Parts: sequence; C-alpha cells; structure tokens
Amino acid sequence: MHLSPAELDALRLSLEVAARSVLFSLPLAVVVAWLLTRGRFAGRWLLDALVHLPLVLPPVAIGYVLLLLFGNHGPIGGWLHHHFGIQLAFTTAGAALATAVMAFPLMVRAIRLSLENVDPGLEAAARTLGAKPLDRFVTITLPLMLPGLIAGAVTAFAAGLGEFGAVITFAANVPGVTRTIPLALYTAIQSPGGDDQALRLAILSFALGLIGLLLAEILARRARSLVGR
Amino acid sequence: MLKVRVVKRRDGFMLDANFEAPTPGVVALFGRSGCGKTTTINIISGLLAADEARIELDGEALEDTPPERRRIGYVFQDGRLFPHMSVLRNLRYGMTRAANAVQRDHASPTGHQRIELEAIVSLLGLERLLQRRPNQLSGGERQRVSLGRALLSQPRLLLLDEPLAALDAARRDEVLPYLERLRDHLSIPMVYVSHQFDEVLRLATHVVLMDAGRVLAQGALNEVSLVPALRDIVGADSVGAVLDGMVTAVDAAGSMADLRVGTGVLSVGVRGVGVGERVRVQLLARDIILAVEAPRGLSVRNELRGVVVALVDDAEDAVLVTVDVGGASVLSRVTRTAVAALGLTPGTGVWVLVKAVSTRGHAFRVGRTATGG
Repeated sequence: MHLSPAELDALRLSLEVAARSVLFSLPLAVVVAWLLTRGRFAGRWLLDALVHLPLVLPPVAIGYVLLLLFGNHGPIGGWLHHHFGIQLAFTTAGAALATAVMAFPLMVRAIRLSLENVDPGLEAAARTLGAKPLDRFVTITLPLMLPGLIAGAVTAFAAGLGEFGAVITFAANVPGVTRTIPLALYTAIQSPGGDDQALRLAILSFALGLIGLLLAEILARRARSLVGR
Repeated sequence: MLKVRVVKRRDGFMLDANFEAPTPGVVALFGRSGCGKTTTINIISGLLAADEARIELDGEALEDTPPERRRIGYVFQDGRLFPHMSVLRNLRYGMTRAANAVQRDHASPTGHQRIELEAIVSLLGLERLLQRRPNQLSGGERQRVSLGRALLSQPRLLLLDEPLAALDAARRDEVLPYLERLRDHLSIPMVYVSHQFDEVLRLATHVVLMDAGRVLAQGALNEVSLVPALRDIVGADSVGAVLDGMVTAVDAAGSMADLRVGTGVLSVGVRGVGVGERVRVQLLARDIILAVEAPRGLSVRNELRGVVVALVDDAEDAVLVTVDVGGASVLSRVTRTAVAALGLTPGTGVWVLVKAVSTRGHAFRVGRTATGG
C-alpha cells in the first residue's frame, strides 16, 4: 500500500502530535501522580477531580475551554503570544496540547498505579543508606515505576493518535498543520467520493494501533525484567 | 556507650523504653513479638518519629539528625534489597553516598577505620553473588548482602531487625556464623532485635529484656538470664543460667572443653574452640541436679560446689533455686518435695551436678580473646 503525500502528512502529523503530547505531559503526570499518591494536602480531591475531568467532559468542550484560555486573546494564550510570540491555537503545538490534556488522566492513572506498587520500605532503606529525598526518588522510586511510566506513555501515545474532538475544536483542521489521521478520515468521509480514501485511512489507523500495542507489550516486559520482577 | 530513651504512644500501645549498653558490642533487644522492639530501633534509626527520643552514641546526641545523615545502618527483616540493581550496585549504594558525605563535610568517619568493599565481600562470602539480581538469591544470601550493604555505608551503629526471622532453620544456621564474624571482627556497635533466645545466646554481649513496651531488665546476659520474668517469654524449659568462661583445656576429640567458671571448672560440649577463647554456655535449669552430700560413683562430669542464695516458686509444684558457685550463678529447677527433703534454704551448701552432654547445642564461642567475664 503506497501512501499519498496527503496521507503521509496525516501520518507524520499524528505521530508528531502524539509524541509531543506525551513528551510534554509525562513529567507533569509523574509530579501529579506523586502528589495524588504520596501528597498530604488540603486540595488533593480537587486536583484528583481536575485531572480526571477530560474523561467525563465532551472533548469538544475541552477544546473550547482551551480556545478560551490559550487562544490569542485568552488570558494564557494572549500572554504567551505577547511575550514569546508563541501561538497555540490552530498550530501543530496546539494540537499536541489538546491531545495532551485529553490523554492526561490515562497517563496519571497508569503512573499512579505503578507508584502505589513501589514499596516505601525500599525508600526507607535508601534513606538509612544516606540518600536524600531527590536522590531516593531518582535512584529508587523512578526506576521501580518504569513499567508504569512506559504503560502510561504508550497508552497516552496511542490515545493521542486518535484524538479528534479537542484537536479539531482548538487547532482546527488545517492540512499539513493539524490534520492528523482521524481528522483526515473525517474530511474524507465528508467529501463526495471519498470512500476509498476513508477506508485506506481507517486501515492505516488500525495498523498503527496494532503496532503500538505490540510495542507496548515488548517494552513492558523489558521494563519488568529490569526492575527484577 | 549507647544511651536510648524513647517514648511513643499509639492507640492502645505505649512504648516507654530506657536502656544503656556498652560500645562496641552487640546489645540484644529481646522480647515477644509486639513488645516494641522494632518500634524502638525504628525510632533510633530516625525512620519513625517518637513523642520523646533521646539517642546518645558515645556522647553524641543523634535524635535531631535526619535519618539519611545519622549514619546508622539498618538490616531489615525482609532484606529490602533494591530489586532493579545487581548485588554489587546494592552494596555500593550506601558506600558511595558515605564517601560523598565524608568529602562534603570534610569529616573523617569518626575514629572507625573505613570498611572496604573487598573486606566485606570476603567476610560475608559474597564473591560469587556480585553480578546477580536480588531475585536470584536465596533468603540467606539476601540477608548477607543486606548486612554487607548496611556495613558499607560506614555506619557508627548497626541496627538489625530480626534478620533471621524470615529464614528457615537451615538458612538461619548458614547466616548465624557470619553475624558472629561481624561481632568478632568489626568494632561497630550493634542493636540486635530478636524473639529467639538462642540467637541472643550466640550473639549478644548485653541484653535488654522488653515486655509490653517497657524494659523489664537489662545487663550482661549472665545477669538477665537469672531474671524470673524471662520464664514467661522463653518458656519454662528454656530457663537457665548463662555462664561465660575461658577455655582451659580441650579434649582429644575436640568435642568437649573445660571452662573456668567462677572458682570451678565446667566441662561442656562445644566444637571448634581453642584454649584461651571465651565460651558461653546456658545451663538449662531443668537439667541441673542439686546434692547436699558429696556425690560418689556418678557418670556426671561436672560437680561444682555452691551455696543456695534464693528459692523462687515456679509453676507446677517446682521451685527455681539460684546457687552461687563462686562468682557465678546457676539456676536449678527442683520439685517442692525435693526442697523439703534436702532442707534447701538460702545458705545451704550444695553440689551442682551438670551432665556435660546436656550442654551440647547450648555452648558457643563468643570471643577470640579471653577478656572480661
């Protein structure tokens, strides 16, 4: 199956958007997962609810809220545009942001689960061996969370490949800029005589999904043997 | 000197323990499960906050130092090796951090000589394990690595929380000699938590007897072994005076040794000891026979002259008799009828009869040098 330039663009964009969203949200997800698991502070339930909001809201609503906040006249987007010349709405970076927000709860859940499985006794042992908090986190906690980190990243990446509602609302459907595979698929379905095109894109999505799942399994096995399980 | 005072209230439980022990040496915190032993060493390590804590080691107060800077090694019951690291990396974990701390603080590891990796690897027999992962080790090997890891962090005090409790009998016997070697070769004070009296017998130089969050008795093992409260913890059959003595002679087969105990000589069953070494023996009270006349024609190898100093009622119509045998004390459990028949009262002169073979398995070498008593 040869891919047309437009299909290649969509594939490249999907991968890029998903990858950027994962890279951007992974460190933040680790911090949030840590706060939710180990943190003892008053607003914990609020943070928990906020993180999970994208799971229960319509993606279009999330995209709209992002547009209000990060649009060129929004409070955050305006500031970014004014001081750094960064524009998020209707750009690839914007598509990545929308994707990251949507996949964030999945990622946090996976990481949180792995963090809950890390034996605090090992951190205590490291402490008696002279390791300070950051040292303990980097040398003990983080490596033991690795299987969960990978699971979280892969899940978020796979979900990111298919994000539609939030992306099209916040970043629009610009060929070569924000038209990822699902957006291209949608466009094809909407065009008269686009059935063949739509089928090809659907098969492409399917293949990507399969490869992603396989990769996830291989990585997870490696990570588990690395942490001695 | 190690001085510890800890107070901690938890719902339904109150720990209020206070003890002192000479350093270096092995002080055993002995008592039933749940009596507060582990809580006590967790507070000493700093991992657990106390309502009140005073921990003084050789004149230095440690209670306000965070655990990661306290330089107190901890060997956990479950080993707690880092599963994602090889044995070698586990061993080096505390070692490199201790070295960095020394550089940073421009401090020398206070008087102690540095503990080197090679020395620990050979002392604990870890040569062939270095490249393995913790999940490829047996329980005994894991505890040896855990010991090594704690020692290499250059601790000034080592805490051991029932390091043998998770092991079966064979593995316990495999690890115990290593613990004895550490006691004899290193000058690091240790606090050893245990509810097994035989471990205390083999390892401890000082005992703190705990029950329900309090210290019932403390002192040298010979003294604590005479404390009546010990009976409820170890069981009646395990009650018996502990004596330390210097080996004056060893028989040709190398299975019996003569010990100088108090003013007398005691022949005990113990292997692998040499003249001049110190041996500790527990004479179980149920195995000791008392006589008020010089016995004749008996197979018993040991006859010590002594004087009854105390009689305490024991369970089931028995009496626990304490006999001074010239600077050392022996416990004997006899029936009430026997006490009456022999007319035993404080001051009665007696012969203490000990079958040498009954001491087999209860006698251990406790030191290379013949110092102290």
